[in-house]
Amino acid sequence: MKELTYTAAAREALTEEMARDATIFVMGEGIGKRGGNFNTTAGLFDLYGGVRLCDTPITERGFIGLAVGAAMTGTRPVIDFMFVDFILDGMGEIMNQMAKMQYMSSGRLTMPVVLRGCIGIGGASATHHSGNYYAMFANVPGLRVVVPTTPADAKGLFKTALRGYDPVLFLEHKSLLNTKGPVPEEDVAIPFGVARIAREGHSVTVVALTVMVNRVLQVADTLEKEGISVEVIDPRTVSPLDTDTICASIKKTGRALVVDEAFAPCGIGAEIAARVMETAFDELDAPVRRLNGAFVPTPYSPPLESVIVPSNDAIATAIRDLVRE
Amino acid sequence: MEAELDLVLRLYRTMAAIRLTEERLAQSHQAGLVHGACHTYVGEEAVATGVCAHLTMRDSVFSTHRGHGHALAKGVPMAEVMAELYGRELGCSQGRGGSMHLFKPEVGLMGTSGIVGPCILQATGAGYSSKLMKTGAVGVAFFGDGASNNGAFHEGLNLAAIYKLPVLFVCENNMYATEVPMSYAAGNTDVYMRAAGYNIPGIKVDGNNVLAVYEAAGTAIKRARAGEGPTLLECKTYRTRVHAEGMKESGYRPMEEIAAWKARDPLKLLREQAMRDEICGDPEFDEVHSSVAGQVAAAHKQAVESPYPEGRDALSHVYYEVQA
Repeated sequence: MKELTYTAAAREALTEEMARDATIFVMGEGIGKRGGNFNTTAGLFDLYGGVRLCDTPITERGFIGLAVGAAMTGTRPVIDFMFVDFILDGMGEIMNQMAKMQYMSSGRLTMPVVLRGCIGIGGASATHHSGNYYAMFANVPGLRVVVPTTPADAKGLFKTALRGYDPVLFLEHKSLLNTKGPVPEEDVAIPFGVARIAREGHSVTVVALTVMVNRVLQVADTLEKEGISVEVIDPRTVSPLDTDTICASIKKTGRALVVDEAFAPCGIGAEIAARVMETAFDELDAPVRRLNGAFVPTPYSPPLESVIVPSNDAIATAIRDLVRE
Repeated sequence: MEAELDLVLRLYRTMAAIRLTEERLAQSHQAGLVHGACHTYVGEEAVATGVCAHLTMRDSVFSTHRGHGHALAKGVPMAEVMAELYGRELGCSQGRGGSMHLFKPEVGLMGTSGIVGPCILQATGAGYSSKLMKTGAVGVAFFGDGASNNGAFHEGLNLAAIYKLPVLFVCENNMYATEVPMSYAAGNTDVYMRAAGYNIPGIKVDGNNVLAVYEAAGTAIKRARAGEGPTLLECKTYRTRVHAEGMKESGYRPMEEIAAWKARDPLKLLREQAMRDEICGDPEFDEVHSSVAGQVAAAHKQAVESPYPEGRDALSHVYYEVQA
């Protein structure tokens, strides 16, 4: 094991896969010589040159549509979009073209495109640099949606994305980019649809997504002292979504809470709750609860921004309430 | 002379294949064999024919909702096009697409589309693959005047220009986006002039003259293969049937205009020019025509005899599946 930041771990996956596969190229604003706004491609331009590390104008719909055509003709584009908010201009290309191409061609075309970049609230980024939107993408057949939390997962899941044939949204919460963690030395590709048990426990199951995993882990340490043993599950991918691991945990705990910075309505928590009701209803001692970010655009000023995100206190209260129920 | 004769008859054969397939499909639509939309290419055959005559299997074509002609000219068998509109297993998209979603990647027909604009970007992407992998392949986008007012047109042409990609952008300006006249929809109805905004060549050609299209496309494709970048080719043409089968001429365009363009039928124009140039005459053309008519009848029979797909097929290929 070595210690890497989240961004460095993902970059290592990209560097290794680009060496292995000459069809991979990266497109985005400032990802060439500049090495990416978040250092996602630092050093790669010198290794692979300007055709494989291709700087773009501010033309998101254009280069997303270009990626679709490139994937149809035998190459593997990685779109480095900086902030997920920016690719909303290319939603038609993603939903109507990229997501449907394998299906409409009866599997004769493949669509190995990775769309990667930041999501999430934080740093007074305001409303055009802090979207989450993974639930929206998870609602589209044909797309894979990956939300890694740890550096090891960032690397291992990125490798799977780069080796697969499906379009992947690889979404990196901006508050995680500089977090550090152990990353295996060996070549590990983590399969999609397999949740990670981030912490074992027996009183209550908490399913948390991206940055909320770390927040819930902190709260779990505190609650341990109160005699509440929290099992924390990180789904890692929301499409496919591993409900087996969640239901197996509920079998043990009888209680489940979903903590998600993204919106509640039609969100991942709603999906998890529905699937638990369908397959593990008899295991439940209490209704499945959700704790989400507020259903509002993201405001700028720090006191406004912090109030819309689930806080440690709110998470602790939600867990205590659920355990008492 | 012999080379000229071969070329003329080859182009005529493709145009006749498109014309007669479309006329068959229009009848089939009336007969209820076509389950959804049916946008025919009648009147515009010279464009797909003149361009695709230069392409090989590794070159890729990205097309529009009016794409039967592009599919046929790129080499999709007639029976597979018809069967697709009839919703049958033999269809080039195995019944998943219908008129607006024809796929045959094996011959480089990378899809027709129900959305106006994306084909421009996808052809640009094919050009990018070609540049990265140094294959020499060319990406071709066919689109209408309607698409030229869409953001995809600007973004695609600009990207192809700055990366000098081997792409041919073919604008089939048939003067109406469904029923909206280009004179209403655009500040300048000459689409080819917009090429100047991207510093690439923009060429205007009579889209009903297949030899003119053939020549202009040849120059552009040669340029693309030589690594000199993209070209915008505007073909002025006309759709002589309604926007989609089953619709009526609602008065949005004058009947005299339709008649004038019918008189400039691309198949007729080619016959006239070949006779003027003393390359060949009606007997040669008639022979090709009746041979194509026989093929169309056989293809139609094959298509209607093909079974419908199994309902369970609707659930496969959403994601990549390892091929058995």
